[in-house]
Amino acid sequence: MIDINNILPEQRKTDIPDFHPGDRIKVHVRVIEGDKERIQPFEGDVISIRGAGASKTFTVRKMSGTVGVERIFPFYSPKISKIELLKSGDVRRAKLYYLRGRSGKAARIKTKA
Amino acid sequence: MVGLIGKKLGMSSIFGNDGEMIPVTVIQAGPCKIVNIRTVEKDGYTALQLGFGKKKSKNVSKPVIGQYTKSGIDTPSAILKEYRYTETDAYKIGDEIKVDLFTEGEKIRVKGKSKGKGFQGVMKRHGFGGVGGTTHGQSDRLRAPGSIGSSSYPSRVFKGMKMGGRTGFEAITVQNLKIVKILPEENIILVKGAVPGSINSIVELIKK
Repeated sequence: MIDINNILPEQRKTDIPDFHPGDRIKVHVRVIEGDKERIQPFEGDVISIRGAGASKTFTVRKMSGTVGVERIFPFYSPKISKIELLKSGDVRRAKLYYLRGRSGKAARIKTKA
Repeated sequence: MVGLIGKKLGMSSIFGNDGEMIPVTVIQAGPCKIVNIRTVEKDGYTALQLGFGKKKSKNVSKPVIGQYTKSGIDTPSAILKEYRYTETDAYKIGDEIKVDLFTEGEKIRVKGKSKGKGFQGVMKRHGFGGVGGTTHGQSDRLRAPGSIGSSSYPSRVFKGMKMGGRTGFEAITVQNLKIVKILPEENIILVKGAVPGSINSIVELIKK
C-alpha cells in the first residue's frame, strides 16, 4: 500500500530547516525571466503552516514599506532553492493572523531566548 | 474500447517540470486477469473479460466459480468486466493486463459511480437558480423550482419534469483526463484532476 500523501518520495526535499510559526525566515525563490533564471529572496515572518504531505504550505508575511505582503509557498516546492532560518520567534499561537491588524511596534514578535 | 479496471485511492498533488503543483487522483489500476476471451466464432464479437481484485470463494456462487476454474484461475475476482478488444490474438486466458497499457501524457476516459447525495432539491440536482429575491414580502421561495406547468390545459405535469429526488450514485464518464505519471511497480496511475466516486470505489480506465 502506498502513502497517498507521499506518492513521489523523490519530490520530497530533506534539506528544509525546522521552522515554526513566528520564525523569521528567508526564502530563496527561483524566478525565470525569459530563458534566464535568478534567485529572488523573500524575507519575512512565518505566520502559518498548514496541510500535510505534498499539499503542505506555509505563509510568509513581510512589510514592504507600509504595505503588508504575504506569500504562500508549497512546502516542498522545487521553485524554492533554499530556506534560511534567521530568528526563532516566541509565540503562543499556531496561526499569527492577528499580525495583519497590527503595524509598527505592535507587530513585533518576541525572539526566543 | 480498450480498458483497465482500478480502484480510486484518493487525491493528492505532485510538482510538474516547471515547479507547478498538479492536482492528481491516485488510482490503483489493475493488474487485471483475463478470465475469458470472446471470439467471433463462438460469441459473434471479440472482447476480453477482465477480473480485478479478489473475493473469497465461499462468497461466490458455484456456477460463477465454475467459470473461473474452467479458465484455470483459483481465486475469483471482485469485479468482472468485459472490454471490446478488436485484436485478441495476442492475449490468452490467465494473462495479466497491467498499467503498461497506457503511456504517460496520454488522455483517457475514466468511468466511475458518483457519490450518492440522497434526496436533493432542484438547485443541487438540476442547477436551477431558485425563485427571485428575499425582499418585497417574498419568503420560503429561495430554493423553490418555480412553476411546473400550466393550469386546466393540460391539467397534469409532463413526464420528465425536472424536480427534486435521489441524486448522485450514477455512472459518470469523465473524458480527456491526462495521465501525469505511471508507477509500474505499484500498479499506480496518477491522473490529472478529479474522477467520479468515493475513495476505494471502482473506476474504469478506458483508452480513447
